[in-house]
Amino acid sequence: MGLVWMIAAPVLTWFLVSGAIQNIDANGTKDINKPIPWAIIILVFTPIAAGLMIFGYYCFKGEYDRLPASSEEL
Amino acid sequence: MNDLQMKSGMGKIIFSSSLGTLIEWYDFYIFGMLAKTIAVQFFPEGNETAALLSTLAIFAAGFLVRPFGALVFGRLGDMIGRKYTFLLTLVLMGGSTFLIGLVPGYKAIGMAAPLLVLLLRLVQGLALGGEYGGAATYVAEHAPANRRGYYTSWIQTTATLGLFVALGVIMTVKSMMSEEAFNADWGGWRYPFWISILLVGVSIYIRLKMSESPLYTKLKSEGKTSTNPLKESFGKKANFKMVLLALFGAVMGQGVIWYTGQFYAQSFLENTVKIEFMQNREILLWGIGLATPFFLVFGTLSDKIGRKWIMLIGMLLGVILYRPIFNQFLKDANVKEWVKDGKNLKKLSSKDIQEADLSKKEDSVQVIYNLQNDYTYKGNKFIEKRRDTLVNKEIYKGKGWTSYIYPPLSDTSSSAGDPGWKFVPGTTSVFKADQKPVFSEVVLTPALKWKFIFLVWVMIVLVTMVYGPVAAFLVELFPTRIRYTSMSLPYHIGNGIFGGLVPFIATLLSATYTSDPLVGLWYPIGVAALCFVIGALYLSNKIDKQVND
Repeated sequence: MGLVWMIAAPVLTWFLVSGAIQNIDANGTKDINKPIPWAIIILVFTPIAAGLMIFGYYCFKGEYDRLPASSEEL
Repeated sequence: MNDLQMKSGMGKIIFSSSLGTLIEWYDFYIFGMLAKTIAVQFFPEGNETAALLSTLAIFAAGFLVRPFGALVFGRLGDMIGRKYTFLLTLVLMGGSTFLIGLVPGYKAIGMAAPLLVLLLRLVQGLALGGEYGGAATYVAEHAPANRRGYYTSWIQTTATLGLFVALGVIMTVKSMMSEEAFNADWGGWRYPFWISILLVGVSIYIRLKMSESPLYTKLKSEGKTSTNPLKESFGKKANFKMVLLALFGAVMGQGVIWYTGQFYAQSFLENTVKIEFMQNREILLWGIGLATPFFLVFGTLSDKIGRKWIMLIGMLLGVILYRPIFNQFLKDANVKEWVKDGKNLKKLSSKDIQEADLSKKEDSVQVIYNLQNDYTYKGNKFIEKRRDTLVNKEIYKGKGWTSYIYPPLSDTSSSAGDPGWKFVPGTTSVFKADQKPVFSEVVLTPALKWKFIFLVWVMIVLVTMVYGPVAAFLVELFPTRIRYTSMSLPYHIGNGIFGGLVPFIATLLSATYTSDPLVGLWYPIGVAALCFVIGALYLSNKIDKQVND
């Protein structure tokens, strides 16, 4: 399943970027036509997507097969 | 300490923590709820810079700044202690909220107005980012191991209760004055901001009297506090992987369920189903009021059976039930179907505004006929607005040509020669056009209103399932020395970003796939489903009894 999360991250990022390209419109009046919300969302979402990839990598490596039993293990 | 003393002590701790957190949520919500009025006062239309600042205020405060606040105040809380950090967040939130209410409008001070409001809104977001982690950590570190879920669930009620109080205060102020008085430059819309300072003052007084978390005090006395909680939280793989698991396996789904069940439901009822403003708020208030006790129910239950499956089942039920529930809203208040059913439709009143465009002086003069009809359908009420261009024709009646205005073509009850025509002297033949009617201000019958309240209640109960146990869950994942930092960031990403994105992505989906009015729900459904799968596979249901490590 780790591979699934690793692939999902760039797919979701591409979805956002393509949404931005399709919807940004200087003549539009809605929030989805404005570049600033898209810029903020993509700026914020990109590190989250990177986090999902890292999470996927950890899953793939079996890091979550056994969770820490106490804080001494962290 | 005996049981009674323990309960009394915990009561004070919960009260002092929860009150401040509730007020912070209230402060944050009133800005969003009064967004339209604030936009008129501070971000006037036609001014591009002001519009830009408005967009930044709305988006940046919710998305960008909350996680940043989590980092800043989380770090502070792990270095100097919980008490003083979340006292600071309360002062910042209360102060910025009160000051928003004092900023003069754009008409008085020009561009300084939107700039000040934006800055204060960002401070609000920053403060909120620091508040929750501190309050949840503080209560959890005082609570006995077998009651941690119950005691922290009191903190969990504050976000929803803050919404409840914000709704209640705004509705109360609105009901005390006219719409004009409420929306005036120094009108009633400022009162909820000013009221905040009183609430914050009381809360600061109470929090000053609180003692520091015993676990943190012990840690500090042993010299074991972290000198760099950010590096320890996110720079060490062992802890960072738990931060990622908390986000993708729990709070990501919790955030979208939380937002959809409350804010999206309210927005959907208002903008898609077109429920009248006050009734819409009433439905939400009842739903919230009746569901809030379930935070405590599920927090307590999580102490007995574990946190994981309560949260995940809440997400799963959201995935299954959201489309049927929202579809029911559309079906039960389908005004277009009511209008088609002419038998049960009754017109209560009609008023019109007539404008004549005399600029075209040749053979045609446009007369625009604006009409508002009030209807009732089986006890439900709604308004229909239509705009027609009337046919105007000269008719020879023996004494000369006389102009008559035909009734609008959308009004099939009248025809040429009907004495109901209106006479407009000096006009000639015109074109005719027919605009689609617009329906709004739907007021449901009591029976249907309570059905809607029940459906909203169901969605908020799902909120209590995912949110009630989450504070205890997050506290138990991380060690004391970096707890405030480690739990705050995933929480505010899950709620501020994933949850906060619900309206934007819902609008994006609705604009792209116009045939399905429920298409916006696929975002929260998709995120909750993903989180359910990740949480089911990787989370542990074991309750960590020991959090003082």
